[in-house]
Amino acid sequence: MAAGSHRSSTDQVTRRAAYEAQQKRRANLIAGVSTALVLALIVFLVPLAPGWEAVRASFFDGEVFVRVFPDLLRAFLLDVAIFAWSVPLIFGLGLAIALARGNTNPALFPLRIFGAVYVDLFRGIPVVLLVYLVGFGIPGLGLARPWNSPYIWGTVALVLTYSAYIAEVLRSGIESIHASQRNAAICLGLSERDTMRYVILPQAIRRVVPANMNMLVALQKDVALLSFIGPVEILRQAGIFKSLLANFTPYVVAAVIFLCVTVPATRYADYLLNRDRDARS
Amino acid sequence: MPDPRLSLRGVTKSFDDVQVLRGIDMDIAPGEMVCLIGASGSGKSTLLRCMNGLEPVDNGEVRLDGVDIAEPGFDLTPIRQRIGIVFQSFNLFPHMTAYDNVALAPRRVLGEDARARIEALFSRFGLADHMKKYPDQLSGGQQQRVAVIRALAMRPQTMLLDEITSALDPELVGEVLDVLRRLRDDGMTMVLATHEMAFARDVADRVVFMDQGVVAEEGTPERIFSAPERERTQRFLASILR
Repeated sequence: MAAGSHRSSTDQVTRRAAYEAQQKRRANLIAGVSTALVLALIVFLVPLAPGWEAVRASFFDGEVFVRVFPDLLRAFLLDVAIFAWSVPLIFGLGLAIALARGNTNPALFPLRIFGAVYVDLFRGIPVVLLVYLVGFGIPGLGLARPWNSPYIWGTVALVLTYSAYIAEVLRSGIESIHASQRNAAICLGLSERDTMRYVILPQAIRRVVPANMNMLVALQKDVALLSFIGPVEILRQAGIFKSLLANFTPYVVAAVIFLCVTVPATRYADYLLNRDRDARS
Repeated sequence: MPDPRLSLRGVTKSFDDVQVLRGIDMDIAPGEMVCLIGASGSGKSTLLRCMNGLEPVDNGEVRLDGVDIAEPGFDLTPIRQRIGIVFQSFNLFPHMTAYDNVALAPRRVLGEDARARIEALFSRFGLADHMKKYPDQLSGGQQQRVAVIRALAMRPQTMLLDEITSALDPELVGEVLDVLRRLRDDGMTMVLATHEMAFARDVADRVVFMDQGVVAEEGTPERIFSAPERERTQRFLASILR
């Protein structure tokens, strides 16, 4: 070692840093070896199962995969569209319900009750059941086109369920803002309304962004439930291909397409959550 | 004595079973600077919060320029523009820049785009370079000065200051106290709860020693600090001056 050199002390590797680097190399090596072992076991053992050939032919058929992929991707655009027009409705309604539940004006007491009932009701019914009830029930009233469309009523079912969840997320966000913020605003002479709009809500909404991201990932998947009432979105389209080709590969393709969207979205939500936690610690 | 700006008579306040204020009488003249001293829990903060109606009083009168604002049901919103309050923990809005923190209330309440006036306030208190920063980019002393500016931007006649240097690192206390000195020179009516005895002695017109929810002793700073009459005042001052 070049003791007595002119390097400053910050350039030198400390004993602690050297030790930690060595520990990290060791941990990486162990993780690599164990992962490789597990993968090797799967790759060698699964094909030994008696039904493997049949499963591979009906679920992982490369030709079918290539053939149905473009059509399924196109069908997925409908899922994306339904998702896209649901989101603003969900947040608008969710915010309205959250504010209705939080108001203390005695004249608006009915609104508070309505908010509470709304949340209990639509969080308590399974989404798929609501899709059936609203999606078949309301067009059954004999409404004229386009108001008998399953797109509309299927979307309404999703909006009802998810706005109830979002309302609760937003309400918890509003309640998490410390009373001192409200006091500071009120003492400046701001009205209750301006205090909510300019001081409380902007902070509350920011605080619940990660939770809302998770809700959006769940919503994106639940759009597929509309396949039960008519719209030919990706799950429905995959079912059509399955019948046509007598092969389950289209379902696997649909799953892959969903994962391509939901995995990055989930990771992003986790990132936001971690960043928030780091910022607060 | 001219008509008092603030006049309290028989003010009581309880939180659950604990009586925090047990009959406060106090008059504060326009332009007067009153320092409230006393141990934690003696009722200083609660008294300040009763003066602007942030805490409703249980009994008694709080008259602002002769009007009893403690009357149950009294609409306090217009009153709040006339009494500014600054808190120990700054309570800046963390999602807004320093400038927006200050500009919000003038814009929404007074309907005024007070840009020139607000910029002048920032300059006056040495924060002209920090207007666009967010609270978490400012030091504690800077944040507290922004909080003072935020209250001043509503052009209050009276300022209530609730231990505004208690959350600051010792080296940052001076810059905030300097702000108060300048307000005093402007003739602002001020009531401050404080643990800064040297400051109180230096600038206060009157020092009020509070103990267990009552005014135990009051007088000029010279008299209170040099020759306290009551035994509990002596004990309190001995304990903090060491």
